[in-house]
Amino acid sequence: MNEIWHRFRQNRLAVIGLAVILLFTVLASGATWIAPYDPYEMRVDTVLHHPGSAHLFGSDQFGRDILSRVIYGSRISVSVGFIAVGIALFSGGIMGIMAGYHGKWIDGLISRIFDIMFSFPDILLALVIMAILGPSTTNVMIAIGIVYTPIFGRIARGSAIAVRNAAYVETAKSIGVGNTMIMLRHVLPNIAPPLIIQTTLSFAFAILAEAALSFLGLGVEPDAPSWGIMLNEGKDWMAHGWWVAVFPGIAITLAVLSFNVLGDGLRDAMDPKLIKNRG
Amino acid sequence: MFIYTVRRVLTALPVLLGISVIAFFIVRLVPGDTVTAILGAHYSEAEAEALRGKLGLNRPLAIQYSIWLGNVVTGDLGQSAFTGEPVLSAIISRLPVTIQLVAISIGFAVLIAIPLGVMAAVGRGRSTDFMATLISMIGISVPGFWLGVLFILLFSLTLGWLPSGGFVALWEDPGANLRHMTMPGLTLGMAVAAVVTRMTRSSMLEVLDEEYIKMARAKGVPMKRLLVRHALRNSLIPVVTITGIQAGYLLGGSIIIEQVFSLPGVGMLALQAINNRDYALLQGTVLFIAVSFVIINLIVDMIYARLDPRIKYR
Repeated sequence: MNEIWHRFRQNRLAVIGLAVILLFTVLASGATWIAPYDPYEMRVDTVLHHPGSAHLFGSDQFGRDILSRVIYGSRISVSVGFIAVGIALFSGGIMGIMAGYHGKWIDGLISRIFDIMFSFPDILLALVIMAILGPSTTNVMIAIGIVYTPIFGRIARGSAIAVRNAAYVETAKSIGVGNTMIMLRHVLPNIAPPLIIQTTLSFAFAILAEAALSFLGLGVEPDAPSWGIMLNEGKDWMAHGWWVAVFPGIAITLAVLSFNVLGDGLRDAMDPKLIKNRG
Repeated sequence: MFIYTVRRVLTALPVLLGISVIAFFIVRLVPGDTVTAILGAHYSEAEAEALRGKLGLNRPLAIQYSIWLGNVVTGDLGQSAFTGEPVLSAIISRLPVTIQLVAISIGFAVLIAIPLGVMAAVGRGRSTDFMATLISMIGISVPGFWLGVLFILLFSLTLGWLPSGGFVALWEDPGANLRHMTMPGLTLGMAVAAVVTRMTRSSMLEVLDEEYIKMARAKGVPMKRLLVRHALRNSLIPVVTITGIQAGYLLGGSIIIEQVFSLPGVGMLALQAINNRDYALLQGTVLFIAVSFVIINLIVDMIYARLDPRIKYR
């Protein structure tokens, strides 16, 4: 573990990524205290104000403070990312381990389900699920969670197959340890590294997907300060003020970029063999 | 190769059937049915029942599915509940927009990615490598819909060079068509460029490490010729594959980009169908996009097997 941390620390970009993620997490959890204004408060006298000392990121077409909305937006992005990836990791992990460990028809069935889910472009699948469930933050979490389930499923399945015939699993079987116990105690810890890396990268996907769905009007509630909704509204007003469409986009990019470099850094730190191949 | 092709096509069949099941049933789960969507707020139960009968919505689901599947196979995807237009012809009329968008973005992606990837590999560990890696990482992270908005802000609103949206068909006015498609194509192409750059870099690094490259170098083959004739050619196999796979993903990306630039493509049609709760149209577009996605991946696999003879022995 120390060795992984040591290797990770040498990757400066990944460390910066981790710092930015921590910053977003602090903003998300302390939004109530950190945000200078109420993100929902509309004021006629501050419509489309330039960025300045009163409004650091300017104000939007309803006079709402953009900085405050970006800060509250991080709450939506972080929570959607966390829950959606949690759903995908949990359901994909269980299905994948079951398929890989049991093999036979269970594997056949689960793998076919994954194949079918993979044959839809992810944004289309998410859109269709949102069309069924209706726009809300909870539903966005569920939709993105379902869409990313097969990614975790495939990784878990592949890794479970690799450890299925390992000597320690054979030994555990021979002394009568039950299947569920073997999966939880022996298979799961051994397939953790690829799942951890995928979890980090999936956070980036989930934040992007939430913003995209909200941008299309099929994401979180229409009045919520989601970065995607801010962008969607901002694009109609940017002829009058560039800032309405620029700052939410910077927030999305920064969050996604941070998770991507963190994921890359973790991959290099956890699997030193890869560094050589990746150059 | 023939056996590989047959086997690969056969494995795609159950997936296609699965897609049809999902496309059919998922749409039945959408809240509110087509009938209430068409009739509006004021209608009598008898009117609703008559319309349900006309649209075949009062029969058992399994029967509806088998009738629908039979029609789909013969090319009949039903009619849009709103415009009355056959779904297939609605899709076909929108298809050139989406195909052109995807083709232009792949063009942009390849133009940007291959030189950038080669530069990164040649300057491995130096500042050019770091810059190329950083650019591609940013390319992956920037949401396409934001990049599109930024391009509109810069090229349309500030500089006035390109139109901010809309579409003109290629055969009507090629110049105007190109002006309308440049920004959407570039926007959609950026994310692909990022992925292809990374692939070109790592694939190129691997090839540059090969003995025959070292040999050519030792014999004094000029660097430019070495890179283009020997290294790039051999490192292109995985690059072609990843570009092909990305072409499939572009179908998904085009849904959003068409919305940003108001392009009347298949993605826009799918969104309209969702917003109007137009059953047949939604079913048709979802089915069409997913099936195209599978077929593109199938073709990519074939090309890959053709390029790399080792594949078919697996």
